[in-house]
Amino acid sequence: MKYGLRAQHAPVASAEECNVTIVEEARDSAPTAIPVEIGKPRGGPRDRRTLRKDSWWQSPTVTVVILSTFVGYSTFAAFQGRNYYVGSGRHRNLLSPFYSPCMTHACVAGSHPLGIWFQFWQFSPALLVLIIPLGLRLTCYYYRKAYYRAFWQSPPACAVADGHARYTGETRFPLVWQNIHRYFFFLAFFLNIILTIDAIEAFRLPGEGVGMTIGTIFLLVNAALLWMYSSSCHSFRHICGGNLNEFSKHRIRYRIWKIVTPLNARHMQIAWTSLVVVGLTDLYVRLVAAGVFTDPKIFVVH
Amino acid sequence: MAGVPPKDSGKPETGNVTDDPAAGDEEGMALSEGVTEKEAVGEAEGEGMTEKEATAQVKGVAGAEVGGVGSSEDAGASEEPPETEQVTMKVWRGDPSGGAFVDYVLPRVEGEVVLDVVHRLQATQAHDLAARWNCKAGKCGSCSAEINGKPCLMCMTRMEELPGDTVTVAPMKTFPIIRDLVTDVTFNFVMARQIPAFRPKEPEPDGTYRMQQIDVNRIQEFHKCIECFLCQDVCHVIRDHEVNKLYYAGPRFFVRAAVLEMHPLDTIDRRDLLKEHLGLGFCNITKCCTEVCPEHIHITDNAIIPLKERVADSAYDPVAWLGRKIRGRRKARALEVLELAPAHAAPTSDDLRPAMATQDESGESASRDSAGAPDRSDGGNAGGEHGNNTGG
Amino acid sequence: MTTDNRHEPAAEYETHLVDVLVIGAGGAGLRAAIEAKERGLRTAVVCKSLFGKAHTVMAEGGIAAAMGNVYPEDNWQVHFRDTMRGGKMLNNWRMAQLHAQEAPDRIMELERWGALFDRTPEGKITQRDFGGHRYARLAHVGDRTGLELIRTLQYRAVDLGIDVFMEVKILRLISDSEGRISGAVGYYRATGEMVLFKAKATVIATGSIGKAWKFTSNSWESTGDGHAMAFWAGADMIDMEFVQFHPTGMVWPLSVRGLLVTEAVRGDGGALRNSEGTRFMFNYVPEMFRAETAETEEEADAWYEDHANNRRTPDLLPRDEVARAINSEVKAGRGSPHGGVFLDIASRRSPEFIKRRLPSMYTQFMELAGVDITKEPMEIGPTCHYVMGGIRVDAETAATTVPGLFAAGEAAAGLHGANRLGGNSLSDLVVFGRRAGIGASDFAEGRSGEPEPDKGQAAEAVGAALAPLDGKPGEDPYALHAELQNSMHDLAGIIRTGSELEQALERLDEFDERLERIAADGGRQYNPAWNLATDLPSMVTVARLTASGGLERKESRGGHTRDDFPTADPEFGKVNVAQRRRNGRHEVVQEPLPQMPKELQALFEEDKH
Repeated sequence: MKYGLRAQHAPVASAEECNVTIVEEARDSAPTAIPVEIGKPRGGPRDRRTLRKDSWWQSPTVTVVILSTFVGYSTFAAFQGRNYYVGSGRHRNLLSPFYSPCMTHACVAGSHPLGIWFQFWQFSPALLVLIIPLGLRLTCYYYRKAYYRAFWQSPPACAVADGHARYTGETRFPLVWQNIHRYFFFLAFFLNIILTIDAIEAFRLPGEGVGMTIGTIFLLVNAALLWMYSSSCHSFRHICGGNLNEFSKHRIRYRIWKIVTPLNARHMQIAWTSLVVVGLTDLYVRLVAAGVFTDPKIFVVH
Repeated sequence: MAGVPPKDSGKPETGNVTDDPAAGDEEGMALSEGVTEKEAVGEAEGEGMTEKEATAQVKGVAGAEVGGVGSSEDAGASEEPPETEQVTMKVWRGDPSGGAFVDYVLPRVEGEVVLDVVHRLQATQAHDLAARWNCKAGKCGSCSAEINGKPCLMCMTRMEELPGDTVTVAPMKTFPIIRDLVTDVTFNFVMARQIPAFRPKEPEPDGTYRMQQIDVNRIQEFHKCIECFLCQDVCHVIRDHEVNKLYYAGPRFFVRAAVLEMHPLDTIDRRDLLKEHLGLGFCNITKCCTEVCPEHIHITDNAIIPLKERVADSAYDPVAWLGRKIRGRRKARALEVLELAPAHAAPTSDDLRPAMATQDESGESASRDSAGAPDRSDGGNAGGEHGNNTGG
Repeated sequence: MTTDNRHEPAAEYETHLVDVLVIGAGGAGLRAAIEAKERGLRTAVVCKSLFGKAHTVMAEGGIAAAMGNVYPEDNWQVHFRDTMRGGKMLNNWRMAQLHAQEAPDRIMELERWGALFDRTPEGKITQRDFGGHRYARLAHVGDRTGLELIRTLQYRAVDLGIDVFMEVKILRLISDSEGRISGAVGYYRATGEMVLFKAKATVIATGSIGKAWKFTSNSWESTGDGHAMAFWAGADMIDMEFVQFHPTGMVWPLSVRGLLVTEAVRGDGGALRNSEGTRFMFNYVPEMFRAETAETEEEADAWYEDHANNRRTPDLLPRDEVARAINSEVKAGRGSPHGGVFLDIASRRSPEFIKRRLPSMYTQFMELAGVDITKEPMEIGPTCHYVMGGIRVDAETAATTVPGLFAAGEAAAGLHGANRLGGNSLSDLVVFGRRAGIGASDFAEGRSGEPEPDKGQAAEAVGAALAPLDGKPGEDPYALHAELQNSMHDLAGIIRTGSELEQALERLDEFDERLERIAADGGRQYNPAWNLATDLPSMVTVARLTASGGLERKESRGGHTRDDFPTADPEFGKVNVAQRRRNGRHEVVQEPLPQMPKELQALFEEDKH
């Protein structure tokens, strides 16, 4: 073996040219290979999935539990098609974030300030709305990590072997579509505006005046967290300044980028918190709407 | 105040060698099993070490040798408690034909890192134990290995931080083995050549460049990289899928590409290259590279994801594509640059010379001219030649 | 990798023919190789480690150059003067001049190759203050300037397509029948296979020699291979007695041994104590500092708060005084358990204060050793970290006294004289690395025909290298190395005396004999015991060069302190101690310094009034 950096600029060469043994059949979507040698024996035990001694499986397990619970609950909530709005009958104006904006003909009275846009829609109005947060979180750079690790086992944890024989990452359909994250970001941005309006509207307590209840707090906190989730988004960080090379020539965008960057560093925490809170908000509204209990008032101004 | 106490007193002995939950669980059991029965991989004939060697060492080392690489007064450091706690090092010994973990038992010494213990092994029980190292201060990135299954630098991993009284040390898994803890990292040096080098735009009239600190802050983080290749090692794209090595440059080189992509002076657009040939799309941002980075570079958040976003700009976003069509291209495409002469992509020192000469005027000394000028003309005519030679 | 483990030398080695062979891939080696490659020459770089791991990465402070970005009044003359003064006027004036003149160009060049220095508000490269430099002059990147330099040069080399032979240990330079250096022989560490380079010109850029001492900040690579090989090949060595020691490097725990403890620790209240807890520095105040130094602990402690009414603490005496005191305490048996003394800031300052004033010290010790400097004293002692001496070179071309051989960087001598200023080593690398590249390229271009390295020399070197593997029992390389390090630490360390240096030389003769019997376990493939066995001859050689140089220089100056000759002697200020091998004999002679021209001398005159 000649062990050295034999320097020839050969940026692109076919696998045959560089005389490599291809252990699997060459992949069709990548016609050219980088001239590295593959297939040489490695060190370490070959039959062990990992040498880690710590409980590496904890984190993916927790992810599976929380995400499954959330998906289960939200599917139920989305398909239920009722109990998503607490209206003037109960002197409240609380709309579940799963159902806002409500824009189909099935929407209950008072829950569709934006009007009925999807007259033809026969299913639960939530299904139309939830495409956006679902798409956003599915293509989110943080959640990708979480579910690739926890559900797809690729890899389940660092230095623990991948659960699959083949791997093409995000180079092919369908995963190549992860690249449209930014479009979901824009849609979610508008959704956030609507949810913020909902939260403000919730302070109007029909028949009682203006005031605050536990429900309004839920909506308010939920909207705030969703804003934080959106503004800590990697795509947003890119759009607002990350795509620049000379910050000094774009001072305003740089300033926004500087604000977004520390938020972005907490994207994971914000992602989980906002996920839990949005679920709890829906649950709260649902329970109140179902009449399980009354939304307690904190104060009212007549 | 009274005299300075000897350092050892007052401190708890050494790390927690008592029952650690992690050591007792299934994973820990599996480990010890896997070791006692010598791995059946490869032919046993070529092996330098034998069971005899592996076990003969057990408890063979007395407290006097605690001091490590034979420093004389360490022997005099007998105020250390006579009954030293022992630690078992399970070190991978082997070469391409096969190998196995070999147990070495030796006393713990306060304040050691794993590399110190490896050195102590070399000096006492395993003279020919192969391990790479250089600075022993976390600055060169040579001593990468997998300690208790986690990729890390041996010089930055303190023994006290490792639970239990058994420590597993294995070579990096992703790269071909040379011997023991040493792997063949040629893969990385090949990848380094795939990225066209920095090609700056024209300097200011005075021959120098202007960059604001805020422009360089972001990429200075990436320049902290010490090329330990732990990120490459941990990345499952090539760790678990050998064939992907042909199509995937790895986190280290995405960091390298990010430096160049985000450099305020650079003039090459490497996005197509990243997408088409360096396999940026293979990364599924599971962030292990960031977890293992000893320099704490935010590889995923600050380098790979921004690159993915930039590639999305160029390849997946119709709006950004339209915007680019309207404004026109401002950088040269990397794939085209590489097709031209790559060695010419970066400037030579000759390019600097006319501009630099302006500084001379103040230096009145005649010797200055005799120093600088002849060399400059010497080198001046060679500009067109370099790159034609590929050497011996 | 199916290398057989036969130990007899092969008749034919893998051979590479190049124009310029560069040994060492640190800053100087890479810069030389880049220059040669840009000239269109076949260039190969050989290094003992992986590419990019050179010891250059350890340089933190910065790279000195009179760019005048922060102080426009700075210029090469001032830098030149600072360098000469720092080197106690023992520097090669021409090297110091070229260095000061060319360093700014080299830095701009690095920036063109992608280096990212910290910036001034105007967007220029910013420069920081450093000891011995009159103006803020060190271009830097935080505290990892060396890494930036090596990475920049490394990727420049990759871009140019320079051949790099990684993890190759060079055993010996080989000359042709006319005495010109025509190549070198070595082995791949990975396989143990021998490799022969035929080169028209060879550049040595192998760095330091620190591994011959016990406490050193140097890595395993710094075994003085280049120094030793050049000496064996007949080159002149100068100033080998000048080795820079830092008085306060960590000696324990092992994981931080050699790590330097900044003087700021003492400046912020740290006190030196011996094993009895005494602040011994009060007993070591020399006459000339007595007037300005505190006599009691109370006064010294009050000085930190009130400089005006109290005299300075003796803990802050100059480096060599502190080192001498530490040395004496240890030799008197009042040292710490591991051969140093205690530096105690923990009991004297609050943890908050320490963390605020010394953040990087605190985190470094915490991370690397789990030592909490806010809770326990540090064990420190003099630590070897740079050698000013080395191969004598021509200032313009970096040519050594042997035809075909060039040297640059720490392996070469002259620029730093008796002591090196911080920041001058990185600029040394690029300025003289480039000059060595030019010199070697010119030489290679002017040399006709294929170089014909002598086969006998190669076979001899290979035979000697393989001897430790012959299976016979013998000296253990690790033990021998440790003994060598201890001897050098005890007898040719920071404070020296004639009798101890003589003793050191005697020991080194013994080591030479024992080297004959050295034996390594295992085979040729990546065997550290064998690698160390082949490094030891270099270490013994450089140790001897330092000891004999030190014996010859009967004065104290810069990095060389003789207890028996405690002051500088003006007569020794006019000479270099040169050493060379002639007809198998080791010559140690005093040779006059090159004369500085009048216009440069004037720079020192005008400063007086």
